[in-house]
Amino acid sequence: MIEVRDLTKRYGAERAVDRISFTVAPGEVLGFLGPNGAGKSTTMKVITGYLPPTEGTVLVDGLDVRRDALEIRRRIGYLPEHTPLYPDMPVSEYLAFVAAMRGIDASARASRTEAVVTRCGLADVLPKRIETLSKGYRQRVGLAQALIHDPEILVLDEPTTGLDPNQIVEIRELIRAIGREKTVILSTHILPEVQASCDRVLIIHRGRIVADGTPDDLQSRFSGLRRLSFGVRGPADRVAEVLSARTDLRIADVSDLDGETLFQLESDADTDARPLLFRLAVEEGWELTELHRDRANLEDVFRSLTSA
Amino acid sequence: MSEAWILARKELRAYFDSPVAYVVLSLFLLLTGWFFSTGLFLENVASVRRVFDYVPFFFLFFIPAITMSTFAEERRSGTIELLLTLPVRDWQVIVGKLLAVSVFVATAIAATLVYAVTVASLGDIDFGATVGGYLGLVLLGISCGAIGIFASSLTRNQIVAFIIGFGIIFVLYLVDKVTDFVPGSLATVLQYLGTDFHYRNLLRGVIDTRDILYYVSLTVFAGLCTAYSLARRPE
Repeated sequence: MIEVRDLTKRYGAERAVDRISFTVAPGEVLGFLGPNGAGKSTTMKVITGYLPPTEGTVLVDGLDVRRDALEIRRRIGYLPEHTPLYPDMPVSEYLAFVAAMRGIDASARASRTEAVVTRCGLADVLPKRIETLSKGYRQRVGLAQALIHDPEILVLDEPTTGLDPNQIVEIRELIRAIGREKTVILSTHILPEVQASCDRVLIIHRGRIVADGTPDDLQSRFSGLRRLSFGVRGPADRVAEVLSARTDLRIADVSDLDGETLFQLESDADTDARPLLFRLAVEEGWELTELHRDRANLEDVFRSLTSA
Repeated sequence: MSEAWILARKELRAYFDSPVAYVVLSLFLLLTGWFFSTGLFLENVASVRRVFDYVPFFFLFFIPAITMSTFAEERRSGTIELLLTLPVRDWQVIVGKLLAVSVFVATAIAATLVYAVTVASLGDIDFGATVGGYLGLVLLGISCGAIGIFASSLTRNQIVAFIIGFGIIFVLYLVDKVTDFVPGSLATVLQYLGTDFHYRNLLRGVIDTRDILYYVSLTVFAGLCTAYSLARRPE
């Protein structure tokens, strides 16, 4: 569906994107992960036809951004970083403007607008001017304008930056719902976001792709460690002593909560230490309050790949 | 073209929804009104001539003031990225912006028709000169508008856009007034380049296609410069 071929983008002498290639399959939710300035936004701007590529090209449904930028723009919904919107415009007027500029038939405009208003939960704020809205609502307006022409592809540049935790959850749910029917490319530098929303991750660093795979894939491939949470009620000193005596486990972190001690443990990727920990607790007579394997933790992968 | 018109309507609504439009319009009418009525009441001259004489000078400030936001504000806020990833060509966006500015300028000029009607009702009005003058003002306003839009496309700062726009319009306004200091052949060229020279021609009531062509060329040229500036997609 989207094919990026040897894409290079230079700003003057600086290479923002350096010969990257990847494809995105229909229906996939792809996460771009990378530190600020890694080239995530630049890549997205080339895909959406905002910036022309310096070298290489991007194909969307077989169309080339160098030649068919207009047709590609029709198939893509785009939400740029920081959600730029016209602050003076009421929401309804803004959506009507985008619908008209996108050439949606006057007959279909009302139903399309209603569909995105319902989907993004904007019914209550339609008459309000955009500048009076909270950031969460502004983000929804941004998503609504990106969805108004019912595109197959959605490109979202840092869609949750600057939102409060509740708003982040709302927007993520919305993105996940959209991701069930559309191809989505989203960028972020927030790691849990990728795990929450994406089928596949591309880690970009200094304009190059340094990793490509599912979040779990990357975790096992790069970090070689497995993380466990182990919580017990018992003599914390004794527990620590027993655990640190073991060579196959390493204590990464210890915290106390109301008499319960929570250990963050690391083990080799190929061993499952959970049965062992359970037996230990039984033998020693500790009350087990928590025992689970943490979901793939991309933080290590990310840091090891992008700190160099 | 229809996309350009949709954009123009949105821009116009933005102008008239904000106080800026009314402040600029009021100031424009206040200034032209003052020059008209001092002529009328203090010097007993019922003529629109003085208004016609001064308007190009007001345009130096007035036009950059209404064009400074066109692209600079879109660049500053980042909305330009959304605008230029809509399925429209860059030139449609430029034409849309210019249409809005032209309608705004035409509104301001139309408001000065009051003076022409006053003069016509008080005595004889030089019909040819008045028609030529209004045509000249509209053409001058649109071409200066195109220059102001170009200036706005160069920067993300509205004040800088105002100053650049003012600078270019000012130079073109003055260029035919320095012809005394340069050799003859160059003088002809400079005279031809001056916006005010062609305006004076039209103001004589002689509607010459060369003068109209000059303003059309200037507008198209400024539009092409804007297109070039936008194509660079600066951050």
